[in-house]
Amino acid sequence: MDEAVIFLSRLQFALTNIFHYFYPPFSIGLGVFLVISEGIYMKTKKLLWLQITRFWIKVFALTFTIGVATGIPMEFQFGTNWANYSRYVGDVFGSALAAEGIFAFFLESGFLAILVFGSGKVSPRFHYFSTIMVCLGAHFSAVWIVIANAWMQTPAGFEVVMGPNGMRAEIVDFWAMVFNPSSMIRLTHVIMGCWLAGAFFVLSVSAWYILKNKYTDFAKSSMKVALIIAVVISLLQMFVSGDKSAEIVHKYQPAKFAAMEGHWKTGAADMTIIGYIDESAGETKGIKIPGLTSFLIDFDASLPVIGLDSIPVNERPPLQITFQSYHIMISTGVTLILLSLLGCFLWWRGKLYSARYVLWMFVFSVFLPVIANTAGWITAEVGRQPWIVQGLMKTADGVSPNLSSDQLYFSNILFFILYLMLFIVFIYVLNNKIQHGPEPLDEIDTKSSLIKLPQRIREILDSKRRNKY
Amino acid sequence: MDLNTIWFILIIALLTGYAILDGFDFGVGILHLFHKTDEERRISINSIGPLWDGNEVWLVVGGGALFAAFPEVYATVFSGFYNAFILLLMMLIFRGVAIEFRSKRESPKWRKGWDIFFSAGSLGAALLFGIAFGNLARGVPLDEKKNIISGFIDLLNPYSILVGLTAVSLLTLHGAIFLIMKTQGEMRERISRQIKKLIFVFISLYVITTIATFIYQPHLLEVFKNNIWLGIIPIATLLLVLNLPREIHFKREFKAFLSSSGTIALLISLVAIGLFPDLVYSNPNPQNSLNIYNSASSKGTLSIMLIIACIGAPLVMSYTIAVYWIFRGKTKLDKNSY
Ligand code: HDD
Ligand code: HEM
Ligand code: HEM
Repeated sequence: MDEAVIFLSRLQFALTNIFHYFYPPFSIGLGVFLVISEGIYMKTKKLLWLQITRFWIKVFALTFTIGVATGIPMEFQFGTNWANYSRYVGDVFGSALAAEGIFAFFLESGFLAILVFGSGKVSPRFHYFSTIMVCLGAHFSAVWIVIANAWMQTPAGFEVVMGPNGMRAEIVDFWAMVFNPSSMIRLTHVIMGCWLAGAFFVLSVSAWYILKNKYTDFAKSSMKVALIIAVVISLLQMFVSGDKSAEIVHKYQPAKFAAMEGHWKTGAADMTIIGYIDESAGETKGIKIPGLTSFLIDFDASLPVIGLDSIPVNERPPLQITFQSYHIMISTGVTLILLSLLGCFLWWRGKLYSARYVLWMFVFSVFLPVIANTAGWITAEVGRQPWIVQGLMKTADGVSPNLSSDQLYFSNILFFILYLMLFIVFIYVLNNKIQHGPEPLDEIDTKSSLIKLPQRIREILDSKRRNKY
Repeated sequence: MDLNTIWFILIIALLTGYAILDGFDFGVGILHLFHKTDEERRISINSIGPLWDGNEVWLVVGGGALFAAFPEVYATVFSGFYNAFILLLMMLIFRGVAIEFRSKRESPKWRKGWDIFFSAGSLGAALLFGIAFGNLARGVPLDEKKNIISGFIDLLNPYSILVGLTAVSLLTLHGAIFLIMKTQGEMRERISRQIKKLIFVFISLYVITTIATFIYQPHLLEVFKNNIWLGIIPIATLLLVLNLPREIHFKREFKAFLSSSGTIALLISLVAIGLFPDLVYSNPNPQNSLNIYNSASSKGTLSIMLIIACIGAPLVMSYTIAVYWIFRGKTKLDKNSY
């Protein structure tokens, strides 16, 4: 097999996937925010909350479109670049991908139309229902794809048998595949990462408006909601879900775990706060807390943990990338916690809207969840190498056998240019939208004509309603 | 009927659904640059505004279902048509983001740029889908390992290009019919005039493609020779095609739309029936073909997937119908429009 084809296929997969994953977290996170803000409007009927909802719907639609546009290539990349992988695991992996389309994408895109274009055509209640459905749909898309990915990390519910054209994995127990050892823990972690992305996005834009003294009512109300989400979820993300994720990696993927922690000698494991792996010397240099890693796994500072010395060199993932991206995720996570605690403290002291330095930090904080999410995925995926499906198939065996490196240069360059352009236009349009601000309160119309049902159905509904009251 | 056959039918049904639904989006896109004023172009985009995204999901679901039901086909076709497929993905991306971005600035230059991306993306995607379909109908060379052994240039053979052009003309016509359902006044009059020409172009290409198929693709005809009753389908196709000018003449737009949708469906089923039980016909070396048995997933997966489909289909149908219902009628521009 041509090394260049393998390398370029991996590069392409990584780049297109990282780029895709800039957008879904915002959609998922904003989805939750929209449900809350429109919910408050439905309860209080305060126009302010309608204004907030309308503004974020516009932003949502924008990130959603790019999420969709960059998702389509992902769907087909398993076929174009990973044909042998698809042949080997299609029986297991394909059904999760298909379920995603049927249960998530249809739901999301259908109701999105009503969310964006429907006010005025449907009743406020139905509109709110659509908002909830869009939010649900966005979450479902995460569910199935994360299950599929979790299966690649901790495969379960299958057996390897002779298929029509060679050996392959086949499902024997669908639910064991779905609830494989890591799927629910990863799912929680991924979804909370998305909520954080949404919350800090809202925080960032609101802080900007307060600093510029524009739309301050709008900004202050949005900010409070976002801050509450941020503080609760960032704490949970680290102390509950992050901790659990690490435990599961320790249990099922010792090589990845050793690389993440930079742990060389099998035995009690230290925690490196900041540092680097010196591969030739076979050690990790940096600031360490003795025994802490072992302690966090099982409250036992002397718990033996498998080290890199027990893992053959050709079974180790790229150490530096795994180690550093893991540490970037954690330090970003800690920063998120500190920021949101600081915000809450100032809110309590009534100084939140006048602390300009803090507001400026909030403005830039939108990048942090993006960094943490990406770094987390890089840890998970690079740390799984050299396996494409842990313990079952090597990445190098998964690529399409009939590709040439020319074809891959062609596609890599095309994707790179196109995505760069998309990104620039996205930022430009988003910036315009933010500068432009929400629509003025007095221009918001809440009138809406109900969908016209056929006469007969309306009569039936009317008579029912009359009977009820 | 066994599970494999059911899945063959379901995959073809998904593909057909996609062709009909996203087909009119492509048609609207191809015609987009013919509208001159900004207002007309906005109406053109907003006519598909709330719908195109859901339509595209048919492709995503089709891809996922193909992956799950016939992984060998998924792997072979997409890796074999690599360059063409990457180009197709680019076209779909352009089309999608252009719809969203166009309205975001008033500047005529900005809008014109995205208009071109929207139109070119739609045209390119329709053409590439047509060419790919032509190649699958004609057959592609497969080796024993079921890999396609031919380059990008081989895909551009005369027969497939002819099918590609036919597809473009049919989808443009389909989109034009959709547009007259959605527009009023002068714009509608103009599109009605264009439709007459489009019908002529499509019928000419349809006749040429049919003749070419009779001469060059005998493998597609065998089933029909052995089962004369299947002849109903080509005859029905012909009748539907001839029905198009009639419905247009009597200004029955919705029926015309049903006719063009039916034409798309029947043309796809003709090829599907001609290929059955093969999914990818190997030409030469037919013994290497991928059929519904040697490319399928296990029985277990096919039945799980069938359950998923049975739960999912009614849900999908209900919200698709709801959305089409809510956004029915003539397109009017308002604050929320693109
Ligand atoms: C805002 C996002 C975010 C934040 C603040 C954190 N993570 Fe995370 N992390 C993710 C977003 C993320 C992710 C993108 O969602 C990943 C990638 C793959 C996955 O399943 O979740 C992930 C993966 C991931 C993994 C690897 C799972 C695997 O490889 O199988 C571990 C061990 C942790 N995380 C642990 C933590 C810890 C201890 C954190 C402490 C602060 C933390 N994460 C913060
Ligand atoms: C949950 C859905 C996902 C699935 C099923 C999945 C699947 C895969 C597969 C098949 C590979 C192997 C190809 C390769 O080694 O390059 C891979 C690698 C990779 N993926 Fe994921 N992935 C998912 C999500 C993501 C996300 C969201 C990101 C980024 C934000 C990501 C980042 C990467 C990276 C960086 C690699 C490269 C690892 C390497 O080659 O060393 N993945 N993934
Ligand atoms: C290899 C992995 C992945 C594949 C194959 C994939 C595939 C896709 C596809 C085809 C779409 C477009 C759907 C449409 O037309 O409406 C899409 C959009 C989306 N994907 Fe991904 N995806 C992957 C990774 C992920 C991950 C890891 C997440 C979340 C955790 C995710 C969440 C979403 C969401 C929420 C959307 C809707 C668009 C948006 O909200 O931005 N995807 N994806």
